[in-house]
Amino acid sequence: MPLFEATNITKQFGTVTALDNVSISVPGKCIYGLLGPNGAGKTTLLRIINQITGPDSGSLFLNGKKLTPEDVRMIGYLPEERGLYKKMKVGEQALYFAQLKGLSKTEAMRRLKYWFKKLDIVDWWGKKVEELSKGMQQKVQFITTVLHEPSLIIFDEPFTGFDPVNVNTIKNEILFLREKGATIIFSTHNMSSVEELCDNITLINKAKTILEGGVSDIRNKWAANEYDLVFSGNIAIPENGQFKILSRQFENEKTTIRLKTPGRVVANDILRDVIDKGTILSFNPALPSMNEIFIRVVQSRNYETDQTSKD
Amino acid sequence: MNKTAIIIKREYLTRVRKKSFIIMTILAPLIIASFVILVPLIMLSGDKDYKKIAIVEDHTAIFKNIIPDTKNEKFIYLEGANINDLIDTFEEAGYFGVLYLSPEALNNPILYSKKQPDIGLLDHISGSMKKEIEKQKLLTYNIQNLDSILTQIRTNVSVSTKLVDERGKTTETSTGISMALAYIGGLLMYMLVFIFGSQVMRGVIEEKTSRVVEVIVSSVKPSELMMGKIIGIALVGLTQFLIWVFLTIGAVAVVKSTVLKKSDITDITQTVTQDVMSANQPAMASAQTREISSQAEEFAKIFDSAMNQNWPLIILSFIFYFVTGYLLYAAIFAAIGSAVDNETETQQFMLPVTIPIILALLVAMGTMQNPESSVAFWFSIIPLTSPIVMVARIPFGVPAWQIILSMALMVITFIAFVWMAAKVYRTGILMYGKKTSWKELWKWLRYSG
Repeated sequence: MPLFEATNITKQFGTVTALDNVSISVPGKCIYGLLGPNGAGKTTLLRIINQITGPDSGSLFLNGKKLTPEDVRMIGYLPEERGLYKKMKVGEQALYFAQLKGLSKTEAMRRLKYWFKKLDIVDWWGKKVEELSKGMQQKVQFITTVLHEPSLIIFDEPFTGFDPVNVNTIKNEILFLREKGATIIFSTHNMSSVEELCDNITLINKAKTILEGGVSDIRNKWAANEYDLVFSGNIAIPENGQFKILSRQFENEKTTIRLKTPGRVVANDILRDVIDKGTILSFNPALPSMNEIFIRVVQSRNYETDQTSKD
Repeated sequence: MNKTAIIIKREYLTRVRKKSFIIMTILAPLIIASFVILVPLIMLSGDKDYKKIAIVEDHTAIFKNIIPDTKNEKFIYLEGANINDLIDTFEEAGYFGVLYLSPEALNNPILYSKKQPDIGLLDHISGSMKKEIEKQKLLTYNIQNLDSILTQIRTNVSVSTKLVDERGKTTETSTGISMALAYIGGLLMYMLVFIFGSQVMRGVIEEKTSRVVEVIVSSVKPSELMMGKIIGIALVGLTQFLIWVFLTIGAVAVVKSTVLKKSDITDITQTVTQDVMSANQPAMASAQTREISSQAEEFAKIFDSAMNQNWPLIILSFIFYFVTGYLLYAAIFAAIGSAVDNETETQQFMLPVTIPIILALLVAMGTMQNPESSVAFWFSIIPLTSPIVMVARIPFGVPAWQIILSMALMVITFIAFVWMAAKVYRTGILMYGKKTSWKELWKWLRYSG
């Protein structure tokens, strides 16, 4: 049974449809990515899950039961825009939110000390939020979101405003939270983080779901019989009936050749043809990155809808 | 701890600890006090450099030394000067103007000057001349001892007011004090309701635009958040008001013990008596001392009648009307804040809210002329205006039933408004990017649940 489920969610703002019959099913202890171009409806879906707005139609289930207003206490939510009081000091503010979440003052202090140390922001305790950079604020907000140890955590664009070092820190913390048993839904444009973190994804474009499933399944499915063959030294090989050469690159004393086979072939057959040409360093099926899949799916969809609207 | 209490605590502490709050709380009474003290001082002291005014009379010399000098003006009688010459030269000679008196038109003197003279100067001239002319006319009747008769008949009248209560006990009051209290009370109420009401609005907008509210509504109900904010800010207002009351009481005590020592007054009176008895001192000095003593007595009298006001009623009703009036308007302000995306958008909603407050202030100012008028009565009963108008009426004495009726209506209304505001707030606070209209607000108000 999935931990969280949203079925046939539709939401309209005036004449604009923000979500059109979107369903997601989030298994427990998984990291679920919500992808899509700007304005696709990701944030709207997250706000509906968080019961900030209600859907026009469709239902939400948590642990198989209909989501109630009380369930919202089980959910941690990090909005895309910074939800912090600018004039308030970091420590006081974190304590305030923790107390509103129902933690006692002593318990909140204990957990805050732990998290502040962990994210290396102990020195900011007495600073005002407005003195902090966007990334620093994001860290504070991250802590206030997870402090009460909710079973479902929702991050809206958690990596915006972070430098690569901190992106990494937050990625590790998200993995750590899953290890501790939390289920995480996050929306993002950062495709490399999707490959690293997500177990499952849903891709939304123009209010509709256009792709969903496990990340590795999707990548395998989109793998278009392409392989990367790497030789040591500058090597050239001819095409033959088994494969075509899509590209060839010589870099750092290595030659990388992308091959495309007409149908499913056994790797051994290809290797047999090229085994004498030079020192083979590696041979891998070329899985498309999520970035490529994202762009291809979104563009082909947009093309299709353009065609239908022309007809 | 209860969640609303946590919110109240935050709203209260963050505001009270602000430097601007501490400065305002201490500075505001000082500013008001210094206005009260400085403005009359400035008006009394006037300019250090006085104006010289030449007096020229045609042929006669009736008005020599008749117009006395004042603080700002010196009158110099130029005997035998020619007016036509002076008109061209008075400015170079250092005169502000020339007063020309001709025997043909004594009641119509002419003041030549380069700049427009002020009313005070004209009054002074005409008053002095009028007195002299009247005296001259009286002299023609050949009355004996005219001077002493004139001194004897000179009288000053001041009406004292005493309020009679049901038991027939009278208290000395002062209409001036009541008016001052009405003025200060009405204005203060207006300011407090506006300042703290718009603080609520700004707080709501801040939470909405920073998305803090999206984080908070996952732990508390929107209505709890709204009430927490309103009550927290109300406590800030009350704190400020009570500090002002205590500061005032302290200041009054200081003034009373230093300036108004009873012994001082008796001292002066004694000296005066001694002076008169011994008659050694010049009469001039004795008259001056008497004047000082009567001024001090006057001050003591005003002070006493101020103390005779029903202070507990005034302060308690002020607090009641502040709390309920503030709650009423703060609820409206909170609803407005929730319905907009930024402060500039508030204007279309602010106007209808501002009208009753401004109207109330105008009526309150009018109340001081006639506290029993039917306009004053109705505006002190109608809840939207009653906080300001009733506070202005109370120093003049208001029948108990009117106060009770007004208070009861106030309580009912503020509960209704808070309830309606909570409904609008709940919807508005999570709504973005859409310009809200009155129609929209009405729709939110009717949402069930």
